[in-house]
Amino acid sequence: MEVLRLDQVVKTYGLHRAVDGVSFSVPKGCIFGLLGPNGAGKTSLIRMITTITRADEGEIFLEGKSLPKDAPHYIGYMPEERGLYKKMGVNEHLLYLGQLKGLSKKNAQDEIDRWLEKFDITTWKKKRIEELSKGMQQKVQFIATVLHRPKIIILDEPFSGLDPINTNIIKDEIAQLKQEGASIIFSTHRMEQVEEVCEKIVLINSGKILLEGEVEDIRQELKENNYEYTFSQELPGDIELLGTILIQEDKRLLIHVEQDSDADQNLKRLIDRGIHILSYREILPSLNEIFIKTVNQSAS
Amino acid sequence: MNKLALIIKREYWTRVRKLSFWLATLLMPLGMFIFMLVIVFIFSYESDGLNIAVVDDAALTEQRDLKSSKTAEFTIESTSLEDALNTYEEKGFDGVLHIPKYDDIFNELKPAYYSTKNLGFTTQMSISSQIESRIRDERIRVSQIDPDLLKKLKPDVSITEINPRDKTDTGGEGRSAVATVLGGAMGFIMYIVVFVYGTMVMRSVMEEKTTRIVEVIVSSVKPFQLMMGKIIGVGLVGLTQVAIWGILIPIIMTVASLIIVAFVGPEAGAPDMSAMPNNPSMSPDEMQGMVEAVMTEITSLNWWMIIPSFILFFLGGYFLYASLFAAVGSAMGDDSGESGSLTLPITIPVILALYIMFAVVQNPNSDLAFWSSQFPFFSPIIMPARFAFDPPVWQVLLSLVTLLLTSTFFVWLSARIYRVGILRYGQKSGFKQIWSWIKGS
Repeated sequence: MEVLRLDQVVKTYGLHRAVDGVSFSVPKGCIFGLLGPNGAGKTSLIRMITTITRADEGEIFLEGKSLPKDAPHYIGYMPEERGLYKKMGVNEHLLYLGQLKGLSKKNAQDEIDRWLEKFDITTWKKKRIEELSKGMQQKVQFIATVLHRPKIIILDEPFSGLDPINTNIIKDEIAQLKQEGASIIFSTHRMEQVEEVCEKIVLINSGKILLEGEVEDIRQELKENNYEYTFSQELPGDIELLGTILIQEDKRLLIHVEQDSDADQNLKRLIDRGIHILSYREILPSLNEIFIKTVNQSAS
Repeated sequence: MNKLALIIKREYWTRVRKLSFWLATLLMPLGMFIFMLVIVFIFSYESDGLNIAVVDDAALTEQRDLKSSKTAEFTIESTSLEDALNTYEEKGFDGVLHIPKYDDIFNELKPAYYSTKNLGFTTQMSISSQIESRIRDERIRVSQIDPDLLKKLKPDVSITEINPRDKTDTGGEGRSAVATVLGGAMGFIMYIVVFVYGTMVMRSVMEEKTTRIVEVIVSSVKPFQLMMGKIIGVGLVGLTQVAIWGILIPIIMTVASLIIVAFVGPEAGAPDMSAMPNNPSMSPDEMQGMVEAVMTEITSLNWWMIIPSFILFFLGGYFLYASLFAAVGSAMGDDSGESGSLTLPITIPVILALYIMFAVVQNPNSDLAFWSSQFPFFSPIIMPARFAFDPPVWQVLLSLVTLLLTSTFFVWLSARIYRVGILRYGQKSGFKQIWSWIKGS
């Protein structure tokens, strides 16, 4: 079931078409990557989804209904450039943002207590935001984003500035929220993170969609039939028969073949000749490679 | 809770609980109080506690002693001047006042003060006026003039101002003075509130924009709600401050005058003139009478009209300017240095209004007063300054309606600028840019 759907959405600023007829959908309980280089139109898209701005054309649907008035209650948004009121206390600040999202004071307080306990930071309750380190502030920001148990959580570069330990903590929480049924839209440039956490992505540039789909499908679709072998002994003599050699090292070989069946043939051939193969795998393109290649292609 | 109410509450509380708010709120009246005390003490300091021996060869003080005060204490010494001069220091006096013998009271009498310490201006004035009044008494006595007759001869003229339509006493001279001061004060308070709180709104908008918290907030509420919440919240802070001043300043002024009277005495700087019928200065009794007259004037003003009108003009003026300040704050980038050129078109009318206001309270029925109190960018400061002069009701209403319509229009206009401005980063926002935001592109 899809929780969010965009249908031919357009946003223009003056003469500039920041979003140009974008359509995609986000399934329930999915971690969704919204990717694109700087200025691709990601922020414009996010601002329309979060009801900060309105689409000039097209429509956005939340659970099948055109963005309702109370849509902000179902959406949590953590922008890349984060800000908090420096002079406010942690608890007070979270209470304010929670209530703005439609929680009652009591519900908001219960949720705050739960989250502070979860992150083991109940001692920060009375601290002022300006007394916290950047990483600590980011945790507060994360809590503020998910406090009202939104159905859609939009995280713009959620790990920037976080140390590895805190990155893992947030990652675990994202997984947990997904388990509980929330959909997470994840906007980032860090492709290794996308690969790690996202199930589905959409790649946009110049306001248009370049790629869309399940991460695995996309990698399969854009694979180049490259295979890697490692051997326990010196390489056999007539390896050029296997295909185009991309890399040749002592006991390692990277080969490009015309079609999948060639790869199977190759494997059989090598085994038949009694060559001891330590490992064999198909090299799928990384999202990073796909990203760079697709964006460059679209630019040219 | 309603989201607008939440925003108002946050904007209000985060400011009111700040130490700086209370410092400004309490220090302003306290500063006035200390200033008053300091001024009075500076003027009375030089004559502080002189102990003066008086050798009265003229026997002028027999009928009426010289009156001692905090600044100078007189003790009659029945010795010769020479003895007094030899012993005054041993006896603990600071100096000797000698009133020489006279042959003819109508000749000039030259009293002298012997001391290594100067008398100081106010004490000298006090002593000479006391001696003058005693010489005068003596001259009246010698000339065999009836003192009561003399009192009767002193004319007392004050012009009564009457409204030709209903023939009521409009209060006259006292009224004008009270109205001028009160009008000036009201106009000035408006100016302070519009300026201080308007710029406070602007700074707050800029801060939200530069820290980017605004993006989080407007993903929960409408930009218009955020802007209005901020303007109303900060406005309530302003009203709180004005209300505290309204209570504190009269209290502090009363306490200050009591302290001044207690420490310096009512004669501080004002010589004893009660016995001089022709003297234009006031005796303590007359002073009290005047204070009472002023109080009567103040209470006789139509406060049932003034206070609600003041609040309405306050709201109109504040919303007009604060919304413009909010729009400017939203249009500014991270660099607050560029704020100057954008705020100038707003600050100029405010400052101009203040200067016009000073002219208007001096001449409240002029054309300038009329037109400037109808112009919506000036009226919030100038109309309240005219309240105490009983302006015609139609003028107040016309001005109010114009102001409220104008401020509604500018709140709408500012909201259009604001909702675009807060989300624009790293762009220079000139007037051309702002115009395109207003048009909605």
